[in-house]
Amino acid sequence: MDQITPKAVKEFKIVGTRPLRPDGIDKVTGKAMYGADLYAPNMLYGCLLRINEPHAFIESINISNAEKLPGVKSIITFKDFLKINPDNKNNPILENCIANEKVLYDGHAIAAIAAVDLNTAKKALKLIKVKYKKLPFVINIEEAMKTGAPIVSVGKKNENIPDGYSDNVIQYCSFGNGNLEDGFKTADKLIKRTFKTPSVHQGYIEPHACLASMSNDGKADLWCCTQGHFNVRSICSNIFKMDNSQLKVTASEIGGGFGGKTTVFIEPIALALSQKSGHPVKIVMSREEVFKATGPTVSSLVDVEIGMKKSGKITAAKAIIRYEGGAFPNETYELGAQSAFASYDLDAVKTEAFNVLTNRPTQAAYRAPGAPQSIYAVESVIDELCQHFNLDPLYVRILNAAKKGTKSSYGPTFDDIGLKATLEAAKDHPHYNAPLKENQGRGISCGFWFNFGGNTCVSLNINFDGTVGVVEGNPDIGGSRSSISQMAAEELGISLDKVKTVIADTNSLGHNDVTDGSRVTFSVGLATIKAAKLAKKELCKRAAKLWGIDEDAVIWKEGYAHPAGANAGNQEPLSLEDIAKVSSQTGGPISGHYEVNAEGAGVSFGVHLVDIETDMETGHSKILRYTVFQDAGKAIHPSYVEGQMQGGSVQGIGWALNEEYIYNHDGKLQNPGFLDYRIPVASDLPMIDPVILEIPNPGHPYGVRGVGETSIVPPLAAINNAVSRATGIRFTELPLSPPRVLKAILNKQ
Amino acid sequence: MVKVKIWGSLKNLADGSDYILVTGSNFKEVVDNISMKYPGLKPQIKRGISLAIDGKIYKESWFTPIDKDSEVVLMPYMQGG
Repeated sequence: MDQITPKAVKEFKIVGTRPLRPDGIDKVTGKAMYGADLYAPNMLYGCLLRINEPHAFIESINISNAEKLPGVKSIITFKDFLKINPDNKNNPILENCIANEKVLYDGHAIAAIAAVDLNTAKKALKLIKVKYKKLPFVINIEEAMKTGAPIVSVGKKNENIPDGYSDNVIQYCSFGNGNLEDGFKTADKLIKRTFKTPSVHQGYIEPHACLASMSNDGKADLWCCTQGHFNVRSICSNIFKMDNSQLKVTASEIGGGFGGKTTVFIEPIALALSQKSGHPVKIVMSREEVFKATGPTVSSLVDVEIGMKKSGKITAAKAIIRYEGGAFPNETYELGAQSAFASYDLDAVKTEAFNVLTNRPTQAAYRAPGAPQSIYAVESVIDELCQHFNLDPLYVRILNAAKKGTKSSYGPTFDDIGLKATLEAAKDHPHYNAPLKENQGRGISCGFWFNFGGNTCVSLNINFDGTVGVVEGNPDIGGSRSSISQMAAEELGISLDKVKTVIADTNSLGHNDVTDGSRVTFSVGLATIKAAKLAKKELCKRAAKLWGIDEDAVIWKEGYAHPAGANAGNQEPLSLEDIAKVSSQTGGPISGHYEVNAEGAGVSFGVHLVDIETDMETGHSKILRYTVFQDAGKAIHPSYVEGQMQGGSVQGIGWALNEEYIYNHDGKLQNPGFLDYRIPVASDLPMIDPVILEIPNPGHPYGVRGVGETSIVPPLAAINNAVSRATGIRFTELPLSPPRVLKAILNKQ
Repeated sequence: MVKVKIWGSLKNLADGSDYILVTGSNFKEVVDNISMKYPGLKPQIKRGISLAIDGKIYKESWFTPIDKDSEVVLMPYMQGG
């Protein structure tokens, strides 16, 4: 594990160290409270009736027999939500949780029951009589786009859809610069390929779970595992026409999210069952439900055409991107279009992207949503061009790399970015020149992600004993509590063990955006540093009072208030603890609060190198070595940063080699469980070697960039390129599972 | 006037050019004036947009200043995972 740090980076004492993770013991001993661990007195158990048809019109739902079953306390359908709030008719988030008039995908829920125990609830589900009419369905992108295809949902089309497509094509965008025709004319070689990627699931180990308690006076408490409890509050209070203040949402410990827990699936259902029954209601999804009725990624069909000179210079590049994200609109296609060529400095580039409705579960975000699919296609064609001209693939990427001043393919001009440094680090790494044997191939790919800021509130409280409590509002999905504590301790100049960071409920802090977009260490860190600065100002003010001097004559240095210069006197410096102990006598508790809609998160690039050996008799590809280079900005807790780089890589490896949603001919998902949907396990993998490049983000006081998403982007193409080089066969569809690879090998023979 | 680059699929909804010219000295003024001058862009603005100002992406901050010489790029509203 390496860390490459430019000398210009500020010297830190606590930031950049690797303290033990504060949540570690609770998590390994089972003490941590996840969504399913919560109980309340007189609690009921809820479950949902799901229809195993991809597309059906609901004719009637008869709940009378189910209602009579002893122990059943409440049953709801979409109609109950219309009684609560007629506007719910047009709420796609709710309609994804529970069907209105139509079942839109295999596993779509149509009713929910709360009963005294889970067995009773499940028994009652079987007593609900449903009449529905099967409708023609479509689950394939190409089929869904054709005129005459079964239409998933009418009236969803944006105003700018080109002619010639079915009404399932609802969203369209294009980006680009320059003259493509001229660019392609000057190329020595053009390669055009079409690539496919399947839907894959985020695969978080903790299923969705929540506990809701809603009283008759309209107040409610909700505990749930989520990446954004303020967002849960906004969605649910909108559905129930409640004031935000009357719905308190508390985030549980979270067992993985990766973007998939940025919306709601069961929370409004639990609230409605609780409202109707007068009891708290708990719902825990099964793994099958998670696969069928939460958000996988979009699947994709991408055409890429790239022209290159013999020298390796790219002359023009074009991509047509088609994503399907299930039965409701989403914006992932735009992100795919913007990311596709972001790593390159191109004079002529164009991306077009379509979003297509299908009878599949609604997509949810997954680390750098939209980027892995389009970049997989682009990086695969670049690699093929490198092979055609017998050019070093890293040399070609360095030659064409985006840099400061590059007009990005999606519009803005880049400021300081670290792609070239990342590529150079890969070139200089021993991995790049290590020898390969027969049937082994080395793959490389660049990756890109935007990173975001967003609404953030932090309260930093100085306790009377000199310890510090930081209160923030973003569920910790990647080690943020540790990083935030480190930044608070660094700024205050105190030891880390004096600081504890907790996640507040929605009534205890102002609004915080979802933990997504790799935003938390950047935004919450920024707010924490600012809150600490405000607290330091107050600490200096109190010291000034104690010393009887002007507050401007006190400065804060390394955890102590000091008189500022000879004229201020020669008092002994006062520590934070000294001042905190008498804060009651000098004006009351001391704290710092900071609220911001943070902007200026820096974009991030990664480069992955992978060595693969493919068994030519079975088609199985084994990963021999994997190295990740990422421009991470200042790494606050390098172990967590490395963990993000490793975790994203492993998820990308799963996407490239094995994971896929498999549907049969009648539109039903065939592999909704971890036995049949194969995510990588430790024995599949070598140690992923992370190399952090600390190129500071000028938009953050400590130079932080986001790190959580970029690492899932390059593995798809890196592995595709490695397997293609190992086998001598160019692959254009993922996953590269043994049957697919073996079939190609046999066809070649 | 501020020169704003718009993305390709919006061109036909504005005046067919890659760039549009509007008055405004901050995020909100520029976006409001785009809506007013180019009503065809209103549906997209309602769905959500970001502005990249001199290379930095701003999702909402209304009062972010924009100079006449700033590079301003209209982008979709950004979200992550």
